[in-house]
Amino acid sequence: MESSNKYIITFIIIMTVVAAVALAGMREITMSASTKNEEIFNKRSILLTVNEYLGEGLSVSDLSDDQVLKMFKEQVEQVVINKKGEVVKDMLAEKIDLAVEKKKPEAERLLPLFVFKNDKEKFYILSVRGSGLWDEIWGNIAVKSDLNTIAGVTFDHKGETPGLGAEIKDNPGFPGQFVGKQMFKDGEVAILVRKGGSQDKMYEVDGISGATITGDGVSEMLQRGISNYSPYFETIEN
Amino acid sequence: MAEILDKVKTEEEKQSFFGPKERRLLIDPLMDNNPVTVQILGVCSSLAITSLVYPSIVMAISVTLVTAFSNYFTSLVREYIPKQVRMIVQLVIIATLVTIVELALKALNFPIWKQLSVYIGLIITNCIVMGRLEAYAMANKPWRSFLDGIGNGLGYGAILVIVAIIREILGKGTLFAGSPVEIKIIGPNTTFLIDTTTSNLFGWYANNNLMVLPAAALFIIGILIWIHRTINPKLVDIS
Repeated sequence: MESSNKYIITFIIIMTVVAAVALAGMREITMSASTKNEEIFNKRSILLTVNEYLGEGLSVSDLSDDQVLKMFKEQVEQVVINKKGEVVKDMLAEKIDLAVEKKKPEAERLLPLFVFKNDKEKFYILSVRGSGLWDEIWGNIAVKSDLNTIAGVTFDHKGETPGLGAEIKDNPGFPGQFVGKQMFKDGEVAILVRKGGSQDKMYEVDGISGATITGDGVSEMLQRGISNYSPYFETIEN
Repeated sequence: MAEILDKVKTEEEKQSFFGPKERRLLIDPLMDNNPVTVQILGVCSSLAITSLVYPSIVMAISVTLVTAFSNYFTSLVREYIPKQVRMIVQLVIIATLVTIVELALKALNFPIWKQLSVYIGLIITNCIVMGRLEAYAMANKPWRSFLDGIGNGLGYGAILVIVAIIREILGKGTLFAGSPVEIKIIGPNTTFLIDTTTSNLFGWYANNNLMVLPAAALFIIGILIWIHRTINPKLVDIS
């Protein structure tokens, strides 16, 4: 049975409208929940860098969603800084997307900075973004108040090879190595991932076998990303 | 007389809600007509997401929902679909359902959505879904099409989970990693890079990185097909 053109066009139009209404409705229903989920997911990954300093017996993985939001509200200060190291007023760091900033001209880029405070100490949490072997990689780095010692890092990636490059996220041992390392040596960013094992224990961590390019990507991301923050660090130090 | 009886019988069978025919629709794809090991469909996603059990279960549920409902809706409108554009119509139905599943997953369980990333969207291209629409839903009633969809989704999901269990235990030493009930099965307790304290069963076991790579899934699926054919000689071509 061949259908007439008129019938086909009517059928397609009705079908498209039904599908569009169904999708729009579904999006409307799930919108608030998924934005909230994304926010909590991002906040968790930021708090994870200072996991050991959250307080007695607390761990990000044990916190409920509400606790994460509460802790973030009470203990985290959000700062946005520009390339020259000046604080940009009336902006929240969580609204800054480094993937978007990367496309802007270098001078106009903004950087998010989260300052986490517990009873005793203050931590600066930096965000960095770079390229791995296949696609983008990004991470957060928590620095102690001496602005040099790393307190914790987290990495994430879009499409590194599972079991090789993806270990930067999947294997807690890799980010774990960064704890206690120094970022700067004579004012330059010195932290890096060394293929074949770290040589200078103060500044270097072991690379992952089979993931040399991802490791180099991490090094490059750290060098470039951290150095963006140095103008700001100089202003606080003085 | 016998003819009339036969006729009555088939009428009855047609109307039954969950008779032997319906049951076969559910069980067949799990055994004799498994979409992965017999029809060799849906292999791409079986390779890509089976490195962990938990995402595989989520994927299996998503695919089952999509096959079931796309079969159901296609079957509902099957007599009105213009023949010339039937594939486009099927694709729109599948794509709509997949997007709905994806949005729901994003709202319900964000981390797992993040982990499955593009593969939820790629259910659209899973040959099992469209294969069932063409082969079954276009010619059968909605309820049976729905069951056929559930059966095929589960048949696919069963293979996914079996492969994922083997890969996760050998590749990571854990089960259900990422879910609330994560357990460590074999190998040293923490990761080998930093800490090599042994505690668990087979503490000497070093995670096999090959198992984490998609290639391992191909081997495992191959072995499953072999086992399946050995157990069930009906599947072996007689020539």
